[in-house]
Amino acid sequence: MLRLDGLTTDYGAVRALVGVSISVEPGSVTAVLGANGAGKTTLLRTISGLVRPAAGTVSFEGLDITRARVEDIVRRGLAHVPEGRGVIGELTVEENLRLGGLHNRATAAKPAEIYAMFPRLEDRRTQPATRLSGGERQMLSIGRALVARPKALLLDEPSLGLAPRIVAQIMSLIRHFADSLGLAVLLVEQNAASALSIAHRGVVLNLGRVVADQSPERLLGDEQLRHHYLGF
Amino acid sequence: MTNFIDLTLSGVTSGAVYAAVALALVLIWRATRIINFAQGAMLMLTTYIASAVITSTGSYVIGFGAALASGLLLGALVERVLIRPVENAPELTAVIVALGLYTVLISLAGMVWGATPRAFPPAFSIRGYDIGGTHVLFAPNDTFIVLVVVAIAGILALLFRFTSLGLQLRAAAFNSEVAQLLGVRVGRMFTVGWALAALTGAVAGVLVAPSVFLAPNNFDPIMISGFVAAVLGGLDSPPGAVVGAMLLGLALSYVGGYAGTALVPIAALVVLVVVLMVRPTGLFPTTSERRV
Repeated sequence: MLRLDGLTTDYGAVRALVGVSISVEPGSVTAVLGANGAGKTTLLRTISGLVRPAAGTVSFEGLDITRARVEDIVRRGLAHVPEGRGVIGELTVEENLRLGGLHNRATAAKPAEIYAMFPRLEDRRTQPATRLSGGERQMLSIGRALVARPKALLLDEPSLGLAPRIVAQIMSLIRHFADSLGLAVLLVEQNAASALSIAHRGVVLNLGRVVADQSPERLLGDEQLRHHYLGF
Repeated sequence: MTNFIDLTLSGVTSGAVYAAVALALVLIWRATRIINFAQGAMLMLTTYIASAVITSTGSYVIGFGAALASGLLLGALVERVLIRPVENAPELTAVIVALGLYTVLISLAGMVWGATPRAFPPAFSIRGYDIGGTHVLFAPNDTFIVLVVVAIAGILALLFRFTSLGLQLRAAAFNSEVAQLLGVRVGRMFTVGWALAALTGAVAGVLVAPSVFLAPNNFDPIMISGFVAAVLGGLDSPPGAVVGAMLLGLALSYVGGYAGTALVPIAALVVLVVVLMVRPTGLFPTTSERRV
């Protein structure tokens, strides 16, 4: 469904991605792991059109979207939840949610559906998003991405700065959405252990190159790889 | 006492005009982080257009409409043609572009219409009301000015608060990248923001023209006052801009009345300097809230 072919992206003078090829199928979670600076965020930014690749292609549902505009890529059903819980703090919880569905109002989910998935958000619907806790913000940005009923979800470090209990909760929700909604999920994480706990596949990036692309079991079993690139 | 009442009411009227200019500046600052130094020249141009339409049709209403329409169009055009190409350039570039536009528009107006000030008709009588036998300077036209600005501010507030266009405008202004990732056409929102701002400025031009007369440079003082009012209000906050404009309108009116009109432009700049020294974020800062 989502296919990256030989994706190469420069970040200023630095080559952040070198010939990355990954494909993600519907109803599956692919975890992209690696240290800070491995190119994980650049990978997602390249897919959603925020950064243009120097070479390679991104295709979505068989269509080449490498040069498409950011807004058009989202409108095709490829949602990107950015790092740092990209909620808009000045807007209320409900406004953030409504914003997620404005480009396809006819088919978008109603806020009530999202509140059913994340009951904690409903109590805070009229509050500005700055007042939310870290975990609630993460739920809001995932919920907001789901409003448009996307077919694929790009998640950038959803565990960042969250307590282990909340991380586990978010991870199991992500897996739940992949299973129940048939989403193709590309999950970028530094927290390799928790990402692999819900992933169908794990890709390890190092200095912009794919150094491993395997099942979670095999990644976890490869002690050298774990030591070298995943830090545990 | 009568003098004090006159000065207060006249402060409210000029405060209303400053509020419209300040709103125009705040809308653009919020959307694109640019101080539109060409705003004074843009509203000068739309006021000349209104004047030409009033002269040829004899209708104030059509002239007013022409100012609004040309404001919308001019704002959109400036964003698309001049600002868009320098959007990702260093911040100073857009400021220089705006100053360049100011110079071009002022010279253009001088070439087309000449530098001789022309009269511009007020919408209503400028003969002051008689209240209980006392004659005040506040006139029906001043009521009109205040009401129009209140209406514009109200419509803008409703638009931003309660419509999906408003939601998208706010999202694009607060966080353009996230907005884009949610499918908001951010570029289009910036164009709409500039168009709305220029429309608001055009209103200020038509309202103030009867008292300043129409000439290429005659709107510079209200541009300065509008800028000071916007800074007073924190530059980021439309309600702040309105309150800042009212305070400034009153302050300048008292200065003009009690200390001499020659001091008014200097007083505006003194207020600006004092505010920047004491409260650099303005009286109604929103930035501290944004950094949480």
